[in-house]
Amino acid sequence: MIIDLQRFIASERPGWTELETLLNRFEAEPNLRLDLSGVQRFHELYERAAADLAKLTTFSAEPETRRYLENLIARAYGEIHETREKQRRFAPLTWFFQTLPQTFRRHIRAFYFSLAITLAGCAFGGFATVFDPGSRHVTMPFGHDQLRPSERVKKEENQTRKLDGNKSSFSANLMTHNIKVSILTLALGMTWGIGTIIMLFYNGVALGAIAVDYIADGQTRFLLGWLMPHGVIEIPAILIAGQAGLMLALALVGWGKRVPLATRLRTVSKDLMTLVFGVALMLIWAGFIEAFLSQYHEPIIPYDAKIAFGLIELILLCAFLGKSGRKSAPGRKQKTESIVQ
Amino acid sequence: MKSSALQIRTPEGIVFSQTLAGPATRFLAWLVDVLCVVAVMSILNMGLRLLEVIDPSIGVAIMTLTYFAVSIGYGIISEWAWRGQTIGKKLLRLRVVDAEGMRLQLDQIVTRNLLRFVDMLPAFYFVGGAACWFSRKCQRLGDLAANTIVIRMPLIAEPDLDQLLTGKFNSLRQHPHLAARLRQRISPGEAAAALQSLIRRDEFEPVARVELFEQLAAHFRAKVEFPAEALDGVADEQYIRNVVDVIYRAGGR
Repeated sequence: MIIDLQRFIASERPGWTELETLLNRFEAEPNLRLDLSGVQRFHELYERAAADLAKLTTFSAEPETRRYLENLIARAYGEIHETREKQRRFAPLTWFFQTLPQTFRRHIRAFYFSLAITLAGCAFGGFATVFDPGSRHVTMPFGHDQLRPSERVKKEENQTRKLDGNKSSFSANLMTHNIKVSILTLALGMTWGIGTIIMLFYNGVALGAIAVDYIADGQTRFLLGWLMPHGVIEIPAILIAGQAGLMLALALVGWGKRVPLATRLRTVSKDLMTLVFGVALMLIWAGFIEAFLSQYHEPIIPYDAKIAFGLIELILLCAFLGKSGRKSAPGRKQKTESIVQ
Repeated sequence: MKSSALQIRTPEGIVFSQTLAGPATRFLAWLVDVLCVVAVMSILNMGLRLLEVIDPSIGVAIMTLTYFAVSIGYGIISEWAWRGQTIGKKLLRLRVVDAEGMRLQLDQIVTRNLLRFVDMLPAFYFVGGAACWFSRKCQRLGDLAANTIVIRMPLIAEPDLDQLLTGKFNSLRQHPHLAARLRQRISPGEAAAALQSLIRRDEFEPVARVELFEQLAAHFRAKVEFPAEALDGVADEQYIRNVVDVIYRAGGR
């Protein structure tokens, strides 16, 4: 049986138009909050449009109106049935001092795993440099294999006007390169974590090889003065990117979790975003420090001052990631009680 | 076998479908977006060259950072501002939506855009294209991680029955009992075919149009036999108009 389409459209159109207007408002104003009567009306319009779609599907062959209604229902369905918290206005300070460190701590095991892989890489790179000096051409990046550390230190210390006029562009290149590497480390989590593990291990190998090479050549002070100011931020940033990649991999694999893949990925998605923005901020800072401080050596800047600066940064970073955003003891107690209830 | 539409059933029991976009269409949308990024950068470069006059290093640094921010931020910002659309997607009528029909969230947009770094490997979205090809929902790795799909949004236009049915005398209505029988015997598919043939009549070659309406008229005439006086002098196309009028306007004018 075919219903009288024109009469049907004429009688129902005001409701569809009202629903469409409401949906357009939701899209234009993400922070829009309806009062109770508004919510009731929205729900009523959705139910009515859904019933109309059911009628059209059963009784009529008219495809255009059905597609229009399907589109309307699809948009309204997302608004009505969404259970995730609606995104509130972005508060940068709350995000930085609470959300970021809390997210980092929530997935601390993935961070430890990321650290362990990097340390394994460091050990491998170090051993390779000691026991197989020929491997330096493979393990060391950035042309570090071309000069002995002592020769390089001598050369660096004689360059008093290094990077003059190029500091800003060098800094920008460092930032963009490191952020790209971090994003790739995260994204490779989609290879069940294999890509992330390779990236972390390879970074560790390069770091370990260079460190052991400088230490063996008696250039430990130079090494610390050169690496610490930016490295204490840059290396943890890469580790956090690895942490995010491993979180993604764990969600993908889903060991011991009886929830569907989509739900597992949905659960970590917000935390991945938080961590990757945190990593980007850290790398912007590290890029500035590397270009404007790390590349200057004695006699321009004393190594002790650079090492002290690096240590202060490291302590602040540890305090920030470990303590910031922690609830006070009564608050924690209250939360525990509410979970028990 | 891979389906081109995703069916979602609401708790109310209503089923609606989302037409999935294929890899080729998505690739074209991406090409348009690349052109947009190049255009934005060309415009910004003109402005940033002024900075190079002041300090060449700062000029280069800002250009590097701006290019990086635009190339990564373009997808995120446009998809967030336009609810899952970029300029390329708008042009090709595509939209990113949640795979379960829920509201698209910022973290989903960020995740799918950041995972482009893997989807783009080794070049020209080979990994993403392959994933899309094999995925049931045509998802690249970024979509899989973000739980999103890209849908096609066909133009939604309601048929203008007033324009199609010009209000001419409908001889079939002189026989209401036969008109009612016609409505009863015609299936929804047949009704849609008749309506669509009228809507799209100008798209056909003249000869093809005559043949089409001839076949349709013969088909519908066989459904219910009207008296000869109701059909005298009525061309095939007009007969189909009368049939559509009877089907879709039960009450008449």
